[in-house]
Amino acid sequence: MAETARRAHPFMPNSVPEIKQQLLDALGVDSVEALFEQIPDAHRLKDTVDFPPALSSEVELRRHMLDLLSRNRSCEDNLSFLGGGIWQHHVPAVCTEIMGRSEFLTPVWGTPSSDHGRNQAWFEFCSQLGELVGAEMIGMPVYSWGCAVGHAIRMAARITGRSKVLLPRVLDPERRAVIDSYCEPPEMPSHIEIVEFAIDPKTGLVDLTDLEARLGAGDVAAVYFETPSWLGMIETGAEQIVELARKAGAQSIAGVDPISLGVLAAPGDYGADLIVGSTQPLGIPMSCGGGVGGFIASRDEPRYAYEYPTLMLSIAHTQREGERGFSMTLMHQSSYGSREEGKDWTGNSTYLHAIAGAVYMSLLGPEGFQELGELIVQRAHYAARLLGDINGVRIPYPTGFFKEFVVNFDDTGKSVAEINAALLERGIFGGIDLSGHFPELGASALYCVTEVHNEADLRRLADTLKEVCKQ
Amino acid sequence: MTSSTRGLRRYQAPIWDEPLIMEISRAGRRGQHFPAAEPAVRKAVGDAASLIPAAARRRARPELPEVSEPDVLRHYLHLSQETLGMIGISLFGTCTMKYNPRVNELLAARHELAQLHPQQDPSTMQGMLEIVHNFDLLLRKLSGMDQFLFQAAGGADAAYTHACVTRAYHRARGELDRRTQIITSIQAHPCNPATADAAGFEVITLNLGEKGYPSLDALKAAVSDRTAALMINNPDDMGIYNPEIAEWVRIVHEAGGLCFYDHANFNGVMTKIRARDLGFDACMFMLHKTFGVPKGGGGPAVGAYGCSEALKPFLPGPLVTEDHGVYSLTDPGPDSAGKVREYLGNLQQVAKAYAWTRAMGFDGLAEACDISVLINNYMEKELLNIRGVTRSHPDIPGWRMEMTRYSLEQLYEDTGVTVFDVVNRFTDFGIDALWLAHEPWILPHPFTPEVGEMWSIEDVDYWMAVLKQISDEAYSNPEIVQKAPHNATVAAIKPETLEDPEKWAMTWRAYKRKFGAHAA
Repeated sequence: MAETARRAHPFMPNSVPEIKQQLLDALGVDSVEALFEQIPDAHRLKDTVDFPPALSSEVELRRHMLDLLSRNRSCEDNLSFLGGGIWQHHVPAVCTEIMGRSEFLTPVWGTPSSDHGRNQAWFEFCSQLGELVGAEMIGMPVYSWGCAVGHAIRMAARITGRSKVLLPRVLDPERRAVIDSYCEPPEMPSHIEIVEFAIDPKTGLVDLTDLEARLGAGDVAAVYFETPSWLGMIETGAEQIVELARKAGAQSIAGVDPISLGVLAAPGDYGADLIVGSTQPLGIPMSCGGGVGGFIASRDEPRYAYEYPTLMLSIAHTQREGERGFSMTLMHQSSYGSREEGKDWTGNSTYLHAIAGAVYMSLLGPEGFQELGELIVQRAHYAARLLGDINGVRIPYPTGFFKEFVVNFDDTGKSVAEINAALLERGIFGGIDLSGHFPELGASALYCVTEVHNEADLRRLADTLKEVCKQ
Repeated sequence: MTSSTRGLRRYQAPIWDEPLIMEISRAGRRGQHFPAAEPAVRKAVGDAASLIPAAARRRARPELPEVSEPDVLRHYLHLSQETLGMIGISLFGTCTMKYNPRVNELLAARHELAQLHPQQDPSTMQGMLEIVHNFDLLLRKLSGMDQFLFQAAGGADAAYTHACVTRAYHRARGELDRRTQIITSIQAHPCNPATADAAGFEVITLNLGEKGYPSLDALKAAVSDRTAALMINNPDDMGIYNPEIAEWVRIVHEAGGLCFYDHANFNGVMTKIRARDLGFDACMFMLHKTFGVPKGGGGPAVGAYGCSEALKPFLPGPLVTEDHGVYSLTDPGPDSAGKVREYLGNLQQVAKAYAWTRAMGFDGLAEACDISVLINNYMEKELLNIRGVTRSHPDIPGWRMEMTRYSLEQLYEDTGVTVFDVVNRFTDFGIDALWLAHEPWILPHPFTPEVGEMWSIEDVDYWMAVLKQISDEAYSNPEIVQKAPHNATVAAIKPETLEDPEKWAMTWRAYKRKFGAHAA
């Protein structure tokens, strides 16, 4: 070790002993220790720290990491039907190639002139997403869909001066937990009260009568709903939800999966005030949850623009006649510009994913999104039919969904946990278990089918489930 | 523009005059196909239109570009080339620019990581969870904390995590309704006061005292039985270490508040001090800064949040735990702060940070810290010889930590050249924009370079030679600097339209409505 410790480290060009000496000589000090004079001795770490040995050779480090990673079983070498808030979609190779470009991968900020290309790519992301959701204003992305909902609710509360939000009773528990944090506990003076509205158990869709009743007092800041809903249902009452909210003076916030928007109506077209959703389906792998990202969109009106907590990027003119560039705007209302006086907060987010998203949307184009949406909706319904034919398995909402659907196992006498354990032994990751969070749905699981699942995969799932349910 | 006789290299940014992707659309072109559903599928369910309720169908197709695959690739390659992107030299202070080992990118892209769903059975992701746990253990050794959580998707999100943990802690003690204040300093990153405010707390900001950090008296005056927490960084962005910090922690604890150490500037103290040893209850490391993870121009990032045993029950969940070599996801319990973001965090970035830390080893981390402080003071000595440059706190003697803030006020007074002009001129030499300072600036015309361990002495000398050149230009021919950049992809932005609701345009569709499709 003593021998190797003297080698310059590959990541540190100044770790050559002669260079360190040159720097010390320039400062006229004997030892680097002298430069830490500001730190009182009592603060200094004196104990030896038991750290594993350095793996400074790439060959050794790679081997170590591969040993660890080989203990994972991925959705690629198994058959997975997990979705819910992050999904196994195809990632086009060009997305990966562009996201790996050093100019996009490693840096932080430049100027609009030095980083013109990246700013343009970001603008193209916002512009294309704007086409999909039907909105003229899109902020730079946020951490996740849940964080986007949280910020949008806080925007609505500031816009309306009210402090109550209506959420669907059935919502992704992951997303809901994030929303709860953003709405703050009741002890806080800026607490936003969360009230749930019902989902009609017969249809899986929003219970409009219940929603209307809860809007009655005229004290609601925002109504949040999703289409497709967390259970996969395409919300046929979206237009009515937006209208009910408007009549009550509340903002409507629509949550969408952008990959569905080649075939499903754009929320801007049915009048949603704020639109949020995930950026992950647009060319980002799941990475065990690290693929998530979120967006916030609205009409291009000052009352919305002035409440965005995100960074905002606008097209602009440059000092050279006829030349255009792209620059951040409304910085003063961000936390960078105004600290606690700014709108919520912003910081490092998921901006690299926005570049992959721009690539993804331009690869697909309008035809690609439509083809993809049609393929998914057909295969998902096919899977639901196959599973519904199995003895003891029921599909409570057999039509009207996008890529996810509920599968009920009550009549098999088995729990979802038991079924998923048996599937796992056979190389299949079954759907998300709904029974813990939503006991009213019985022994149900949420299955997700996308373009990566072909007919043979779906038949394999059905055959395996048949075998598992019989046992 | 010539680069004079100083031996500076010529530089010209690529100019492609690249149109928007929407502008190169040609009807009918395709960049990606999807198969038609199989015959058996079609037979069973019919066509897609019949499966989508009429009320919810898309009426008009989205106006997305229609471009073939190679043209999409070339378009975005052009845009990448029109981005300086740290290919030159980036000493962007407070962000700790580092080398991001490419082997880690290749590892994280493998399906054993990239194609994991976070809700898989834990038995199927033991390798991933082991990486998370191993890295947790390494960060515990570097901080003295008892548990790390990686859910926060950036440094600001980790500050928000602390605000949420603070709520949960005081709530469990029945004191949340009266513990309403969070104390921070004017030199703390804006995310500290901003997240405290967004979590519902009132913010008290301490100003700097004579020694370059807020005085103990100022702290004592701010602390009361309403204090919920202290959120503070140390050293600050001016390279000043607060030697009274342990006393600060004692005072805040005595009043019943929690203490959070924002380790944004960890490179200057890495392996030298530990937050828990100083009494802090919690701390935060930015894996995309200090731990070798790429910044991606602003994420995906990770704010690794560490805390003491006593705060563990209040953490958001789940936690990755180990028992006899088996890794599990554990709920922190009924007092948990819930979640700040979905799932476990940006685990591809955690894996990269773990690999980077293993490649460095403890001695490597110590050496990186030494080099960072060494080269910063080397640079300071040289920079102060450049006309128009002064140092923050000029009257406070001694060595600074890994970063020093400077001012170009003198240059501005003498020549009328602003710090913004200087930033633009820097990019003419292929050098990434400088970081000025977080709000508030405190110093006029600030800039804050940070070298860290990645940049060679030759890079630093070159960087300083460029600043010397720009200073000379400012004093001899200021117009060169004021009209910069000359060699970048595009000229400087005209800011006038940016704040005008009639003229700003965050999307192409907004732009077309406001200006027509072909307006420049």
